[in-house]
Amino acid sequence: MLETLWSNRIQCVAVVLFAVGFSTLLLHRNLFKKIIGLNIMDTATCLMLTSIGFINGRTAPIIVDGVTEAGNYVNPLPAGLVLTGIVVSVSVTAVMLALTVRLYARYHTLDLDEIYMKAKLDRDDAKKEAEE
Amino acid sequence: MKKKTTFKQWLRTWDAGAFDMTEALTEAVAGDPMPKEATEHAWKEKPVEGIEEGEIRIFTRFYPVAAAVLCTVLIGFLLLTVAKLPAFGAADAPAHNEVMQRYVEQGMEETGAVNVVAGVILDYRAFDTLGESHVLFTAATAVTILLMSLGGAVSPVETKLERNIMQKDPLLHSTVRIMVPLVIVYGIYVILNGHLGPGGGFSGGAVIGGGLILYAIAFGFDELDKILNFKVYRRIVLASLCFYSLAKCYSFFCGANHLESIFVPGTPGMIFSAGLILPLNIAVGIVVACTMYGFYSVFTRGRI
Repeated sequence: MLETLWSNRIQCVAVVLFAVGFSTLLLHRNLFKKIIGLNIMDTATCLMLTSIGFINGRTAPIIVDGVTEAGNYVNPLPAGLVLTGIVVSVSVTAVMLALTVRLYARYHTLDLDEIYMKAKLDRDDAKKEAEE
Repeated sequence: MKKKTTFKQWLRTWDAGAFDMTEALTEAVAGDPMPKEATEHAWKEKPVEGIEEGEIRIFTRFYPVAAAVLCTVLIGFLLLTVAKLPAFGAADAPAHNEVMQRYVEQGMEETGAVNVVAGVILDYRAFDTLGESHVLFTAATAVTILLMSLGGAVSPVETKLERNIMQKDPLLHSTVRIMVPLVIVYGIYVILNGHLGPGGGFSGGAVIGGGLILYAIAFGFDELDKILNFKVYRRIVLASLCFYSLAKCYSFFCGANHLESIFVPGTPGMIFSAGLILPLNIAVGIVVACTMYGFYSVFTRGRI
């Protein structure tokens, strides 16, 4: 088992990176640090997929001199999937950052607990106003 | 008497994003290291109903431990999975099956693209890439809607002073004057080379967007507004997306009905070959470049 782990060390790094991102997401109360944690998780997923597509001793899937034998090139499919993943992660990050900017403009803090408390107060105030 | 900040308080300040290096340096003089805003908690004065003080204390003690345990268990399970995976770089792994063989062996003949990845993402799976461009466009729209209503009062990073300093820096100006044309030409090369080698619309568009952002940092938005304002942005992005959709509709229609398409694969290796891949790469590149610049513009000044 240790031998397989050593030969799959790139996947191990991806797994550890994923857990680092996940713990960042869980342990920090700052919204920006949560977004950074999600980005680390995205990167780990991309690393995992790319490493699965690699085959020893073969070149990138760009056909050289008309040689189209499948035994000469690495797998082109994970590269396409990782491209999709990167674009989606950029879009999601942008939307999350915009929402964080809006929250900061409303509550003047990035601390999730404080935002939660203040939002609760806001809701209570709105309820009272509705009752009146 | 001076109040001494403990390490825990420091960590909390840093964690809440309220930590300022200059304030930490002047802490001995000023006394209170916390900014005024962070010390004013409206909710501390009137406690929220339903949550007890003790409950919060137990929760804040229990939560980090639970999170650490959860992450350790996650690492353990994932490492066990990795140990069961086929060896790294093995040619007989189940991921390298007949799908990959088919793409590599007949991809060039069927799509005309020397770069098999470009053939896969812009011909076999072009519908997927269309959705991807729409995701990017939707994200840009959502960010614009969210930040435009703030009325340009965003700019938490860049103050007016910083902008003035940046725009009068001679070193930055002469570097940017040399670099930006090179960056943009390189981006165009990457886009046009997408079906012949490494590159394509996404990477080339990101390079061009980076060049535009660099220009905006050095010379401000005023010059760029003449060529790329919100009106132009809207028109060219929508035109690119519509062109992509219509071109793919045509190619699906022809392919499903066994009609002869006007987009032929051509000679692999020539610049005008590979049928629809080159025009689609250009359309994707335009969308990505405009979106990257749009993100920067919206986040710094609240509008495109």
